[in-house]
Amino acid sequence: MLADNYPDEIERILAKYPPEQKRSAVMPLLYLAQCQDGYVTKAAMEDIARMLDISSTDVAQVVGFYTLYHDQPAGKFRMQVCTDLPCALRGADKFMQQLCTNLGIQVGETTADGLITLEAVTCLAGCDRAPMFQIQSRDGLEYHENMSVDKTMELVETLKKSQAGVK
Amino acid sequence: MAALLLRHRDIPAIGELDVYQKNGGFEAWKKAVTTMEPQDVTNLVKASGLRGRGGAGFPTGLKWSFIPNTIWPHYVVANADESEPGTFKDREIMENNPLQFLEGVAIACYAVGANAGYVYLRGEFWPLAAILDEKISEMEQAGFLGDRLFGSEYSLHIYTHLGAGAYICGEETALLESIEGKRGMPRIRPPFPAVYGLYGKPTVVNNVETLTNLPLIVEKGADWYKSLGTADSAGVKIFSLSGHVKKPGNYELPFGTTYRALIYEYGGGVTEDRPVKAIMSAGASSAMIVADDKALDTPMDYASVRTLGADLGSASVIVINDSVDVDWVINKTIHFFKHESCGKCTPCRDGTYWMQHLIERIESGEDVEANTRLLRTVAKQIQNKCLCPLGEFSTMAVTTAIERFPTDFQPSIAGGKHG
Repeated sequence: MLADNYPDEIERILAKYPPEQKRSAVMPLLYLAQCQDGYVTKAAMEDIARMLDISSTDVAQVVGFYTLYHDQPAGKFRMQVCTDLPCALRGADKFMQQLCTNLGIQVGETTADGLITLEAVTCLAGCDRAPMFQIQSRDGLEYHENMSVDKTMELVETLKKSQAGVK
Repeated sequence: MAALLLRHRDIPAIGELDVYQKNGGFEAWKKAVTTMEPQDVTNLVKASGLRGRGGAGFPTGLKWSFIPNTIWPHYVVANADESEPGTFKDREIMENNPLQFLEGVAIACYAVGANAGYVYLRGEFWPLAAILDEKISEMEQAGFLGDRLFGSEYSLHIYTHLGAGAYICGEETALLESIEGKRGMPRIRPPFPAVYGLYGKPTVVNNVETLTNLPLIVEKGADWYKSLGTADSAGVKIFSLSGHVKKPGNYELPFGTTYRALIYEYGGGVTEDRPVKAIMSAGASSAMIVADDKALDTPMDYASVRTLGADLGSASVIVINDSVDVDWVINKTIHFFKHESCGKCTPCRDGTYWMQHLIERIESGEDVEANTRLLRTVAKQIQNKCLCPLGEFSTMAVTTAIERFPTDFQPSIAGGKHG
């Protein structure tokens, strides 16, 4: 239960909005659910719905609408590469192809060890530092800019080591 | 000239509260609350000629003046959803000069009598939200935010709210829906947010860069601000330069600087020293400008860019050299808008879907002439038929690419040079 695991965070989140408008807390609470489980589980959606006095459908439609919420598990780290126009003018498409080759997966797939899910995303406001991507994980989001394939594969190794021993 | 918005370029630690204060920080805020009536602040901003920096260029003071004094409470929302491909200016401001931005939010709140301000950040700016939360709490501790500020009756609290990856939430009514915990779909207007905004209350939505100008205007006055820039475009602007340039990045320049100066003087010239083929003046939602001498020598201000059949918009300048064909360029922009269409209006939802199919056919060399004609027809049918500008935006590059770069849509050329 979210309420058991994150009592302080939930209190802080609810305090941001007028008491009669607690539905506003649905987005921050969904992020909290992803911190807890890695993705938004059905149980978490019901949990949030109860907390905010809305239906679980109201929660589910928010999950479905926004690209940073996921209702299915994936790799521990979602590597989300921007392939929009400004990045593509700086070689993002080629960068993406090379990543696929090096990771041995296609866009949308997860590496066999369950570490990386490779995704193509739209503009991340890092156009001047392409090729770039963000890593989405339980811990939130982190940008990696001015990247090369070599630097990315080094990062993958670091992430792999950070997970050794973590269940 | 020293930077006015990107002040961290001159004073690297300007994001620290003590450094910001040593450099005049919060003086404008204190001056507004202790010596000015809210109406005076609005009049000052009106007189300064400040226009919204998010893209629409609407006069900021005028926008504030639409807030009625018969319905309460009032809200101010800072639009930090920055999601237009080619735009990355607000991010640099908030990462490096967050206090000037937050001081601007505070001044806007005071001007319209709001006791609560929300900063709506795109979800990808997760680490930035943490920075702003920290700065907000520092401001509270220092007495710049909270109850009964500077001994007055005025109280103000500012909160951050993270989106979760939806370009449409940069549209102000979709953004308000999103804060309310709903899908980010634009509302039917009127009523406008000034009357029926957040939680159905009068609300001002301003862009981050717009708000960051406010402390300077309050401190130095409207005449000073107007003396910068051109007659119809007062002040300075941050131009986000990207694409085929040697030194991409943000450049804070007076309005009226030419494209040639931006690309060659500031941007270090074009990648591989090739000729510039096309300029997109306002990100992916921009018309495509043929980069001839006339275009390159055009001053970047609201009126002049319009003479090129384009808009200044958020001033996100994407430079495209002759190593790519424009059919590939619009394939990219169409893909973006198809992905980001919220689905509320059929012309946008289905139109972007069909445009993507047609550009893919053109790219694969399938009946290029007929499919190009059809693509243009579909684009024209989307225009003027949607609740928000996204549908319109999705067609700008498409129609202008076909009209202004016909060679790239010849059967022997289309599907050729990719990025």
